[in-house]
Amino acid sequence: MIRVFISRDSTALSLGANLVADNLQKVVADKGLDIELVRNGSRGLFWLEPLIEVETASGRVAYGPVQTSDIRSLIDNGMLQGKDHPLYLGDIEALPYFKDQHRLTFARVGKTNPVSLDDYVAHDGYIGLNNALSLTPEDIVKQVTDSGLRGRGGAAFPTGIKWNTVLNAPGEQKYIVCNADEGDSGTFSDRMIMEGDPFVLIEGMTIAGLAVGATRGYIYLRIEYPHAYVALNEAIQSAYERGYLGDDILGSGKVFHLEVRRGAGAYICGEETSLLESLEGKRGLVRFKPPLPAIIGLFGKPTVVNNVISLASVPIILDKGGDYYRDYGIGRSRGTLPIQLAGNIKYGGLFEVAFGMTLREILYDYGGGSASGRPIRAVQVGGPLGAYMPESQFDTPLDYESFSAIDAVLGHGGIVVHDDSVDMAEMARYAMEFCVEESCGKCTPCRIGSVRGVEVIDRIVKGIQKDKNTTLLRDLCDTMIAGSLCAMGGMTPYPVLSALNYFPEDFGINVDADAA
Amino acid sequence: MHGYDSYKQEIDDILKSHESMPGNLLPILHAIQDSLGYIPGESVPVIALALNQSNAEIHGVISFYHYFRQTPPGKNTIRLCRAESCQAMNGKALEKYAQKQLEIDWHETTSDGQFSLEPFYCLGNCACSPALSVNNEVYGRVTPQRFDEVIASYREAAE
Repeated sequence: MIRVFISRDSTALSLGANLVADNLQKVVADKGLDIELVRNGSRGLFWLEPLIEVETASGRVAYGPVQTSDIRSLIDNGMLQGKDHPLYLGDIEALPYFKDQHRLTFARVGKTNPVSLDDYVAHDGYIGLNNALSLTPEDIVKQVTDSGLRGRGGAAFPTGIKWNTVLNAPGEQKYIVCNADEGDSGTFSDRMIMEGDPFVLIEGMTIAGLAVGATRGYIYLRIEYPHAYVALNEAIQSAYERGYLGDDILGSGKVFHLEVRRGAGAYICGEETSLLESLEGKRGLVRFKPPLPAIIGLFGKPTVVNNVISLASVPIILDKGGDYYRDYGIGRSRGTLPIQLAGNIKYGGLFEVAFGMTLREILYDYGGGSASGRPIRAVQVGGPLGAYMPESQFDTPLDYESFSAIDAVLGHGGIVVHDDSVDMAEMARYAMEFCVEESCGKCTPCRIGSVRGVEVIDRIVKGIQKDKNTTLLRDLCDTMIAGSLCAMGGMTPYPVLSALNYFPEDFGINVDADAA
Repeated sequence: MHGYDSYKQEIDDILKSHESMPGNLLPILHAIQDSLGYIPGESVPVIALALNQSNAEIHGVISFYHYFRQTPPGKNTIRLCRAESCQAMNGKALEKYAQKQLEIDWHETTSDGQFSLEPFYCLGNCACSPALSVNNEVYGRVTPQRFDEVIASYREAAE
């Protein structure tokens, strides 16, 4: 039977993938043809979605972007035999956007049926777990430490060191918590993994459990991802049924239980201590640190809190070894980063590459420039708490240190592009406004500072005591950076100050006149 | 039966099925909202009693999280993304357009009870901005024309 692939990824669905799938089934049935329709993850080339791939004798052949009105002509022109058509793309993996990637974490996404455990195993899944079962906890942690993997949620803390702390923390009960509260605008790599290859996350968490001696894990998933919730639960159920989760993992006697918990629309719950409070059934108020969650975490027990991509990168490290992973990347940024290109960009999507590519290569070679065709004026990397970067910084290579050297952050690898119609004073105001909306309210600089920030920016834009208020805004930002409990208040000044520094004209500040 | 009596049994069942779950308050609130569409004020003391917490604690949790609502929603809930990526693709114009077409502001429900409008901060559909969702369905690259089409499809579905 001919296998046909149409994605179940949210973005593909948002462009009509379900309609395309339904229509294809209908046309095929009308013609008395027989196909096996697989709902895969997305390849990440979103301008080509909804994408149809057909398995032929000479490999998979892609067509896209497909609308329901195209289906009949596709079938009539021999799509099921991989024949030519105006929407014919050939082998998707041969396209430039795809072929130069280093797909380590995303190796299976778009290829396999995400909720088929057989498919997962057939594509090198669970090799890492099998290896881990024959290693001591110390050796598992060593592999992760050797890989150089750093937290992909944004803070970039070395994962191996975190695991080692939990391993050495005394305690009968320990936990693995996956932070799947991917709230940053411009990011969707967690979502794509959870929808497109949920088993890789489950495997990563299971390995983490073996490494630190945790028998229970929670995935804290944002409510905004209903499709990921379904895919994760389907995959978890299969893993239980087949002995990959439960009281006796693959007959080893090791225990690991896993459960998905839904968030409820609070951005702050992406902060790890706020997330733990939320998991405990409370308001998501940030905790003081220390103690670190690694020592006193969920329900007061030692807890690993890692981002989805960090945990999903663990299986390949345990499969191929820490050295293999570490050989990708530059400087102290080892391995790969799934880059998410979003906003006003022609070829938006996700591609996974080793650290080190410049922003310019990403924006123009991969992204093809802005969607509107106007010049790119500013990009925000790393979500709502990331700095706005002007064209003069586009040659910055993507690695943690190069970014922090210019007061920018890589964060979770999301890049939001703005063309020259953007009003940067408005974006700065929005950053403060967002902080007002999402602050947990525990510390003053964040709770009050953000409110005052909105007011001061308004005054600057209205031209009220411009110099005085600009100084005041900088002072306020200093206070927020130095005095906030967490990154919410502590990094909201990044987009504000970068907008002010690189785009003063949008605040009505005449640089030359001020300098004179 | 009406009011609290009509859903008392459901809430009792939800509380019972979550009894032994650690950190069960959010799952309980989700289960109630999944089933009733909102979390009725009358349920607060019932939850508080079951969890051995104060009414204030339960109310504090409900009101902390944007997603939980304390009033019944419209038949369909439209969630419009307001975050940066959508702003970069005329999201603000879409917000205004949506409010004008529906004749409601944020957190309000149309007079015919068909649609509630909620602001959302990121649906994770950022490569195809601007985005919105209706109930659990996400829509990308939403122009005013597409907005009208989407809304019309739910109106038709309702009829």
